[in-house]
Amino acid sequence: MKTTKMRFTDAHIELAHGAGGKASRRLIEGLLVPYLMNDTLPELNDAAYIDADGRRLAITADSYVVKPLVFPGGSIGELAINGTVNDLAMGGAKPLALLTTFILEAGLSTSELEQEVAAMARAAQRAGVSVVGGDTKVVEHGKADGLFITTAGIGLTDPRVLLSAEHVRPGDQVILSGPIGDHGITVLLARGELDLEADLTSDTRPLWPFVAALIEAAAPGLRWLRDPTRGGVATALNELARDAKVAVVLEEEAIPVRPAVRGTCEILGLDPLHIANEGQFLAIVSPEYADMALEAIRGIPGGEDAQRIGEIQEDPKKVVLARSRYGGTRVIDMLVGDPLPRIC
Amino acid sequence: MKKMSIGGVIIAMKYVDEFRDPELIRRTSEEIHRLVDPDCHYRFMEVCGGHTFSIFRFGLQNLLPANIELVHGPGCPVCVLPVGRMDDGLSIARQPDVIFTAFGDVMRVPGSQGTPLELRARGTDIRMIYSPLDALKIAMDHPERQVVLFAIGFETTAPSTALTLMRARELNVPNFYVFSNHVMILPAIRTILDSPDMRIDGFIGPGHVSTVIGVHPYELVTEHYGKPVVISGFEPLDLLQSILMLVKQMKEGRAQVENQYSRVVPWEGNIPALEVMNEVFEVRPFFEWRGLGVISQSALKLRPEFARWDAEVRFQVKGVRVTDPKAAQCGEVLKGVLKPHQCKWFGKECTPEHPIGALMVSSEGACAAYYHHVHLRQAIGE
Amino acid sequence: MCLAIPGQIVELLDGDHHYAMVDVSGVRRKINIGLLKNEGTRLGDWVLLHVGFAMSKISEEQAVEQLRLLSMLGESDEAIEEIMGYQFDEEKKT
Repeated sequence: MKTTKMRFTDAHIELAHGAGGKASRRLIEGLLVPYLMNDTLPELNDAAYIDADGRRLAITADSYVVKPLVFPGGSIGELAINGTVNDLAMGGAKPLALLTTFILEAGLSTSELEQEVAAMARAAQRAGVSVVGGDTKVVEHGKADGLFITTAGIGLTDPRVLLSAEHVRPGDQVILSGPIGDHGITVLLARGELDLEADLTSDTRPLWPFVAALIEAAAPGLRWLRDPTRGGVATALNELARDAKVAVVLEEEAIPVRPAVRGTCEILGLDPLHIANEGQFLAIVSPEYADMALEAIRGIPGGEDAQRIGEIQEDPKKVVLARSRYGGTRVIDMLVGDPLPRIC
Repeated sequence: MKKMSIGGVIIAMKYVDEFRDPELIRRTSEEIHRLVDPDCHYRFMEVCGGHTFSIFRFGLQNLLPANIELVHGPGCPVCVLPVGRMDDGLSIARQPDVIFTAFGDVMRVPGSQGTPLELRARGTDIRMIYSPLDALKIAMDHPERQVVLFAIGFETTAPSTALTLMRARELNVPNFYVFSNHVMILPAIRTILDSPDMRIDGFIGPGHVSTVIGVHPYELVTEHYGKPVVISGFEPLDLLQSILMLVKQMKEGRAQVENQYSRVVPWEGNIPALEVMNEVFEVRPFFEWRGLGVISQSALKLRPEFARWDAEVRFQVKGVRVTDPKAAQCGEVLKGVLKPHQCKWFGKECTPEHPIGALMVSSEGACAAYYHHVHLRQAIGE
Repeated sequence: MCLAIPGQIVELLDGDHHYAMVDVSGVRRKINIGLLKNEGTRLGDWVLLHVGFAMSKISEEQAVEQLRLLSMLGESDEAIEEIMGYQFDEEKKT
């Protein structure tokens, strides 16, 4: 644990502060942590751990704000369940129960709300988790984009694993569960402003089955897990590089990306590494267990596209690099705000 | 062909991946190493911001011998827009009933009162578009609002703005306006060449501007200034081949315009594009460029026949002149006199999170490229 | 400046106003092909796409030729290496 010296000096909150990149980090580390966590900076993982009478519990909370509410492959309801289930899974914990709170905009149609609640019920069942309580508030029209959902979740950690950036070492392997960018691009296209058509769906799904398989096959070698949501793989790995004080070196050509995601990114000048995912995860595994880990993920339906995409090195510390086969190297940075299309 | 696979299925993008072939890249790189004169220091300027982006995106500097220095030019239309002009645009955005439309590139560029993104977060109706035609569609969908297109870009983009205006005229759309900030590439190149602190041995010419203006306008550079120009594509192989062609020209004592991007750039340019540009736009007598100063005949404005759609006519643009803070050396970096990290504010007062100028926020700005790549490496001593 | 990428014309729409459907790796967009009206655009043509407009047609022959020229780099050197290999009292080629 280290003390944070960062102070948050922006006069107003901007959208960038919620985008999951550098600005978000500054807000959390510069304002929220100093007050709420007595100015000590724990590793900011997806889930927090509580030791209760000899058992280690994982708890997490997350808010879901998405426009449009419904998109190909999912909706805000599913994201709300899967997102929190996945945060627990990334902490090595079997998800047990969720609480959900709704902030509803006055004027939201009941059928839309029912659709989301039904979606949440289905997602919870699929994930094997119970929704045990929650809260509902209604705000004025114009104040909530239809519907905001917050889910809090609790899970039981598997004692065989202790996931932390502290345990990551040079030589460890970086594994990605499948193609990136599907969710973010699907939602971007679903907004309809860019007039692009593609056969893409959100990848939202519960990740616990993969983590459970990983723990069975490779527990002693499992170092760190993260689902690259907002900010994409780039942000997740930059956080790792910073927290573990190592270099993450990726092989550009090994990173799986669907053609339609690549095509959209090329047209708009976006980088798939910065795009949000809701059903993929990164695993750092020791070299001895890497093959077994990959096999374990590939053995679960939906995990066939898992790839080893790089490795941890000693230097240059705190930097994420991507190497191409012809020897070019580029630095993969965290975004400041949301990825923006460009024409130049 | 570079291949990406998902679950064993090979995926490739035609006309892109062939030009990222590792074997051909290796050979071209080796050939450059073989040809360069070890006692020579080569300074080549890539004019176009898109080339700057590619160079860093593909890590091309490490494929070149140490005695080839790439100097980043001013071909980033967002980077060369003076703050005052940005302020003019944003003052239009703040007018009642205006829907202000702009490309994504512009959204993080700081005006005196904040960036378009910040203004949007505070309630100004600013919308991001991909094509000028999208802005026209917004105007047609919202007849009660005044829709303004913040038109930026070199000659690559100007024909698209022009065609959109012609369509607006054809359909008689009364609530669509264009705030033109289109600029021209040759005057910028000429200004660089005329600058006393410049020593450039050759130019990597802008590939996409050239699809419109053609190849022959660059003869100004070869004939009047005696420097070779190679019009280049944007893939790693394109840039490497172009650099090889420049080295060859220098070795052979030639100063010619060569078209490496011949699969896309026609010698004569795109005649219909030039025609529509000429129909809609006229050249401004002068225009202020950030860093390069006032350049005559270097930018486009709407002709009087299109005054009805001219935002500068409709909105009485103030023409604010805002000088850059003295310590910020945007101008010298734009001209290639300074490398980004040599600017006193680089990485300190000026970072992508709180940029002083567009060079630090534009995806093709030299400062942004350095910050995200070289700076980070230097910080950790690589 | 100028992000422009290759795409293939997969459908010709409104002939009068020069609209077509372009495909980039499975992503489709309606684009304007008015700037190519002099040379004409056909189904299957590859074009360079910028801000929703086709700027230029991509020439397959030029692309192939360029790649062919590049693939010949270093060839003559290899031939020399081969011949050198046959000499008995050679000095190593540097």
